[in-house]
Amino acid sequence: MEMVSAALDVLWRWDVALALLVGSIGGVAIGAIPGVGPAVAIAILLPATFSMDPIVGLTLLLGIYGSSMYGGAIPAILINTPGTAVNALTTYDGFPMTQRGEGRRALSLAYSASFVGGVFSVVCLIFLSPVLARIAPMFGSREIFLAALLGIILVVVAHRGQMLIAAALAGLGIFLSTVGLEPAAYTRRYTFDQSWLAGGIDLIVVVLGLFALSQAFILMTMDDEKVRLPRSRGSLFQGFRELARHPRVAAVSSSFGVLMGMVPGVGEFTAQFMSYTSARKLSKTPRSFGNGSAEGLIASESANNAVPAAAMIPLLALGIPGEALTAMMLSVFYVHNVVPGPGLFQNEMDFVVALYMALLILNVLVVIFLLISTGWLVHLTRIPNRFLGMCILLLSFVGVFSIRNSAVDCMIAGVFGLLGFVLKRLNLPIVPIILGMVLGSIMEVKLRTSLARVRDPLEFIDRPIAFILFCLIVIILGSTLWRVWRDWRAPDRRTPQKKAARSFVTRISGRSERHFENRTKQQRRRRFYDHLGS
Amino acid sequence: MSKTDLIEVKTRVSGQVIFVIAAFVVSLLLLSQIGTQTEWNDNARTIAAQPRLWPAIALAVMVVSFGLHWRLMRRRRPNGLDWIEVKRWVEPLEYLGWFIVYVLAVPRLGFLPMSLVLACALTWRLGYRSRTALILAALFAVAVTAIFKGFLGVNIPGGQIYDLLPDSIRSFFLVYL
Repeated sequence: MEMVSAALDVLWRWDVALALLVGSIGGVAIGAIPGVGPAVAIAILLPATFSMDPIVGLTLLLGIYGSSMYGGAIPAILINTPGTAVNALTTYDGFPMTQRGEGRRALSLAYSASFVGGVFSVVCLIFLSPVLARIAPMFGSREIFLAALLGIILVVVAHRGQMLIAAALAGLGIFLSTVGLEPAAYTRRYTFDQSWLAGGIDLIVVVLGLFALSQAFILMTMDDEKVRLPRSRGSLFQGFRELARHPRVAAVSSSFGVLMGMVPGVGEFTAQFMSYTSARKLSKTPRSFGNGSAEGLIASESANNAVPAAAMIPLLALGIPGEALTAMMLSVFYVHNVVPGPGLFQNEMDFVVALYMALLILNVLVVIFLLISTGWLVHLTRIPNRFLGMCILLLSFVGVFSIRNSAVDCMIAGVFGLLGFVLKRLNLPIVPIILGMVLGSIMEVKLRTSLARVRDPLEFIDRPIAFILFCLIVIILGSTLWRVWRDWRAPDRRTPQKKAARSFVTRISGRSERHFENRTKQQRRRRFYDHLGS
Repeated sequence: MSKTDLIEVKTRVSGQVIFVIAAFVVSLLLLSQIGTQTEWNDNARTIAAQPRLWPAIALAVMVVSFGLHWRLMRRRRPNGLDWIEVKRWVEPLEYLGWFIVYVLAVPRLGFLPMSLVLACALTWRLGYRSRTALILAALFAVAVTAIFKGFLGVNIPGGQIYDLLPDSIRSFFLVYL
């Protein structure tokens, strides 16, 4: 109780309240505009938050992170265009409902499911805090190294069908983190005798280039789309009543969101996929999934909104970001000398609880705002693409230039903007680069400090958590290599007759006598049973 | 809707082979420079303390992964469609040029004037030539300046041109606009 009152003291300030309000309303608006998304908004706002108090800056960014998915459901349901990437699955069931004239019902269901997912994950986070506070100090250098390595491996493995490219781009991220002065012996690495490279490549410059500038380029080279907003009837409150009829779907999906959010590198997509497939399996009407099923909509929305709070767990407890947005937030912590990790739970628990409470209040604020303002929020989808691109270009300048007033940073961001443009055109992942940059530098430091204390290689995994993490890495690598090997075998293009003939030849080759003996026995047995039956 | 439809991302085929070859060549070139661009520390107590270790790991992962991806591609040589896609990659260079000019001009001509010029000129260039669009662009530029520089106080220097203003309003322009 003392902790809660201390946390309320942290939150009870006009600037925190304003950050919460602006973050939640701004996040919903940003989510409702297809083509912007929380990553772009957070990347742009990141340098602006450096001058704020840590709790104010983080509340603002958390507000945008947590509320953008609520807003992203609006265009996903009404015009079949996801507002944020994670709302893609919402279109499967949301848009068919709109086509049936049930747009408001779908929106209402999405809001209520998102609210349940968001609140459920914050409650889980609050109940997990004592456990985290006990476990986090058990993480020393070697455990954090292994957890970061596990995060990198999971990021690569999570990109099914693109694993090699994801691995290469994670490698690029790690390489970028090594450029500049090396922190231990102060030798130069890949600076090519250029003084502007000696300080290294700033994470925020890369983030702004890859997310914001590339998105501006994408939008400015696109054609505008004519958006027709469909008419729909019904109350925005009916979804809350309807959700009460599907408590199991909401609970299971939110649990998937929490579990997947906690695992570094996995995130919303896997959570949504798992909750959607499980909801379809549990449903009495699985055929309606993809054709306007209320359960499908609940599954996807509650899962993706349960992730943001859960994604804060590895960040706060271990200092390891699980995906791009938490990686950006990590830089806010560092700027303010708040080092996330085991020490945070021991020394600044009131700060951690204040963040949880901010997330809880945020969910309430967002739902109230959405119930009032959905009518005019839908008009944000009408902003033309190229005009939006111009706006993002201007805001990107503010983001990059305000870091250290460097034109060189802007040029570097421009180069990464072009790289991001190409990656987005090719549908290749960007997140591995960012996580490679963040986790690469963590791995380098932690491996150096942990190996200095180890005499025997096996000593590296002689502690329980290190051993568990090592086993997890081996299992994941082994299962992935097994799956990849199985998928790489040449496809069998023979006709069924040829396959049958070939299998028959294989079966009898070298043991034809035994085969025919077995056949004869079988025929005898059948005759015997036939005889019995008659 | 199959399982793979839900989780697997479809990559664009055209242009991919050129990107992968270029990335493979660049990573190979960077790896070849590891001897001159990183140092080997003889006094390092463990391999983890070698400054060369992590660039070597990262570049080796890049070379192997890009190389394997290229090796496993169905089509390993670029065709006409790939080059058409590459032409699309050049299109944003124009907007990058606008961005660079803006970056170089702000410290001289000021944040607000340059934001107004960029927003209106780029809106015109992008094909929105109605009076409403231009007014909205100008309002957006003013709002960005007011919120970020005026209210949030982000670190953007005042333009050199403001030195020409009378003393009474110069400091206001330097701090807020």
